Amino acid sequence: MDKPFAITLDPGSSLANHTGSWRTERPVYVDRLPPCNNQCPAGEDIQGWLFHAESGNYEKAWQHLTKDNPFPAIMGRVCYHSCESVCNRAKIDSAVGINSVERFLGDEAIKRQWKFSQAATDTGKHVLIVGAGPSGMSAAYHLRRFGHRVTVYDAGPFMGGMMRFGIPKYRLPRDILDAEMQRVVDLGVEVKLNSKVDNILETMKSGKFDAAFLAVGAHIGKRAFIPAGAVSKIIDAVSVLRSMENEEKPMLGRRVVVYGGGNTAIDVARTAKRMGAEPIIVYRRNREKAPAHDFEIEEAMQEGVMIKWLSTIKEAGDANITIEKMELDDTGFPQPTGEFETLEADSVVLALGQDVDLGLLDDVPGLVVTDGVVTVDSNMMTGHAGIFAGGDMVPADRNITIAVGHGKKAARNIDAWLLGTSYVAPPKHEVANFESLNTWYYADAPKTVRPTLDIIRRQSTFEEVQGGLDENNALFEARRCLSCGNCFECDNCYGVCPDNAVIKLGPGNRFKFNLDYCKGCGICVAECPCGAITMEPENI
Amino acid sequence: MPLQPVKFYQTGTFTVGNRLLAPEERSVQANMERTNSLNSGHRACQGCGEALGARYAIDAAMTATKGQLVAVNATGCLEVFSTPYPETSWQIPWIHSLFGNTAAVATGIAAAIKVKHAKGQGKDVRVVAQGGDGGTTDIGFGCLSGMFERNDDVLYICYDNGGYMNTGVQRSSATPPAARTATTMPLGPEPGNPFGQGKFMPALAMAHEIPYVATATVADLRDLEYKVKKAMSFRGARYIQIHVPCPLGWGAASKDTILLSRLAKESGTFPVFEAEYGELTSSSKIRRLVPVEEYLKPQKRFAHLFGKTPAVETIARLQALADRNIRRYKLLDKEAN
Repeated sequence: MDKPFAITLDPGSSLANHTGSWRTERPVYVDRLPPCNNQCPAGEDIQGWLFHAESGNYEKAWQHLTKDNPFPAIMGRVCYHSCESVCNRAKIDSAVGINSVERFLGDEAIKRQWKFSQAATDTGKHVLIVGAGPSGMSAAYHLRRFGHRVTVYDAGPFMGGMMRFGIPKYRLPRDILDAEMQRVVDLGVEVKLNSKVDNILETMKSGKFDAAFLAVGAHIGKRAFIPAGAVSKIIDAVSVLRSMENEEKPMLGRRVVVYGGGNTAIDVARTAKRMGAEPIIVYRRNREKAPAHDFEIEEAMQEGVMIKWLSTIKEAGDANITIEKMELDDTGFPQPTGEFETLEADSVVLALGQDVDLGLLDDVPGLVVTDGVVTVDSNMMTGHAGIFAGGDMVPADRNITIAVGHGKKAARNIDAWLLGTSYVAPPKHEVANFESLNTWYYADAPKTVRPTLDIIRRQSTFEEVQGGLDENNALFEARRCLSCGNCFECDNCYGVCPDNAVIKLGPGNRFKFNLDYCKGCGICVAECPCGAITMEPENI
Repeated sequence: MPLQPVKFYQTGTFTVGNRLLAPEERSVQANMERTNSLNSGHRACQGCGEALGARYAIDAAMTATKGQLVAVNATGCLEVFSTPYPETSWQIPWIHSLFGNTAAVATGIAAAIKVKHAKGQGKDVRVVAQGGDGGTTDIGFGCLSGMFERNDDVLYICYDNGGYMNTGVQRSSATPPAARTATTMPLGPEPGNPFGQGKFMPALAMAHEIPYVATATVADLRDLEYKVKKAMSFRGARYIQIHVPCPLGWGAASKDTILLSRLAKESGTFPVFEAEYGELTSSSKIRRLVPVEEYLKPQKRFAHLFGKTPAVETIARLQALADRNIRRYKLLDKEAN
């Protein structure tokens, strides 16, 4: 080879120099569990569906969401969105409006008539579901998608259970409820209304069912003993809310006293207000201790609902009641003070919680009932093999999202049980905490506030109180998501590597490290906005 | 505004890429087809800010010139770690001559290309000269000043890490006050570089009234790329100084390279701005103002300020310098350019 003077080697590329050998730690891509997903009682992959919504692909977002929860339009209205209370963005400005985006997706799906993807091939198994409420219909949806034949029995005249007979229209319009229920039916689920199951074993035997899921809810209002006159009107809250769905509305009179401090008490009081009454809530403890959500108390008070905190009803007369003032002792329990007050009252509505009608479970071998609810194991199965239960009738907090989650969990376990296996949930990833994020990279963006119905119409009509987002602000809101713990392909690692040791695999395929050259400096970890990279020691 | 920030798209233009942006709105570094002017296998330390800054800048210049580019390199870290005989990490035409003559070599190449081009030979190839702060502010200053004064058609890029890091962290005229180096009273009651010495090259370049002067940091890629591309839209002498942290010389963690550049900018210690023909035309505003301590503390070269009895007075003087930058370059004035 002819080379210039003093040159003995051909020029070469530095690629021959594998600087990866310098490394004592290596970067590793991880998927951490976003706190919202970790919190969701229905097990939604919130960060996952927001990812699709961020690019404006709402149908894909909806499909992703409904893998876990078939009722986004309902959830977007009545879910108490505990996801937002753990959102990492709250530590920057305010939480992402997950609930409002969910509602937008649900409403889009109804407007554009999106359908669920078709069920898997028929398995030949037949599952009985008792109760067409959130838990039963959620289970029906998932079981049908697994390919099982599903028949739902419900004692009532409509689908929806407590979503219809417990939640007032101003929070959940009935056309929305009907649309999301019907979509499950359209998947091939058979629903038998006005069909009360009196004996579960008999029904299973006669219908040749292979398994059953019980989700009858808790519809019997609890009573409290109140000394009352002959003509005083005392009714329970569940009956009031249920009769709102009938032709004949309940007769409550002008002065309505609602006894209790939970969400049902608030719902009844706000319903009474809309019917022209003047409701007063009487609750034995104070606002901080009330089980009702604070925003609902706030909205009720805005609408003109009066609340007597720290009061119990001692006696109910014909047109008035006597209440006793209470005070909280050191342990937070209310103690009587001996001070009394008289209030005008045409009726007293008891909102003191609900019991489960367990009549259908008499004489089921192995089944255990404790404190009025059915005991289930970690697979949602009762003590009787093949009979599963969920929703308000098992020991858990009672709300619609939890019920929907029970339906999904039960469906997975029923599916496994029918196939002679057992369902093993995939291991949970480590939660993506705020400290794992690099928040410098997120653009400043305050939360979008949903419109609220004006106060006059809230006091007199059953129109929906909270409005929805439109396409523009739903997109904005979705893009406020930090994508905690999950790569959203911002290219930061690909850009910030001084050694060009990150390989970009193209849209949707994320990245990988070129460990031949990675020196292990850790800049990619420090500069990853969402905490999706971690350092692991090398074995040297 | 120096760079029109993209309206809210999750991360806006803060991150290197953003899948929600149209491809033409994304950075050069986000591109799978980027030049990678400075390829893998170079021998820079872990977390080297200069290696990062050089790839950012030269890739952007390659994009701006559609690949018609020659780079002239001063002696220094960048030259030593990228091109130990017989290997090179450079994937572009690249030349190294001496420590102090970089601007002169670049001037000569630009002149040769101009002549060839005028004769109808070869394309309109552009010239970039690059070096560290030592080769720029000290040893190469005469040649550089001449290049400015003659308004030769060269973009000179200085990667500023405040010292001679390659030869063992000696002081340069760009070493900040109070920073400890191997040659600035490393021991004694008051170690560190004295106040009132050194030079701020961007201001000197502005004094030459050349077409374009800018500063940038490795913490703001989009701003850096914008400035390199803008510089390539001018003919004549141009100067860009890029703040590049040196984990070895500064005694900082290798993962903190970008963080330190960000803190330098956010504290006002390193003003980020651009100027045309000697006039300040715009500055990058501070987004989350921090006291200088936040920038100084992660660096061991300033550790003597934070001992048992913190050097309150010295820190206050450094803060005063940052505050003067904030005033002089309008770093907080949202109304000003």
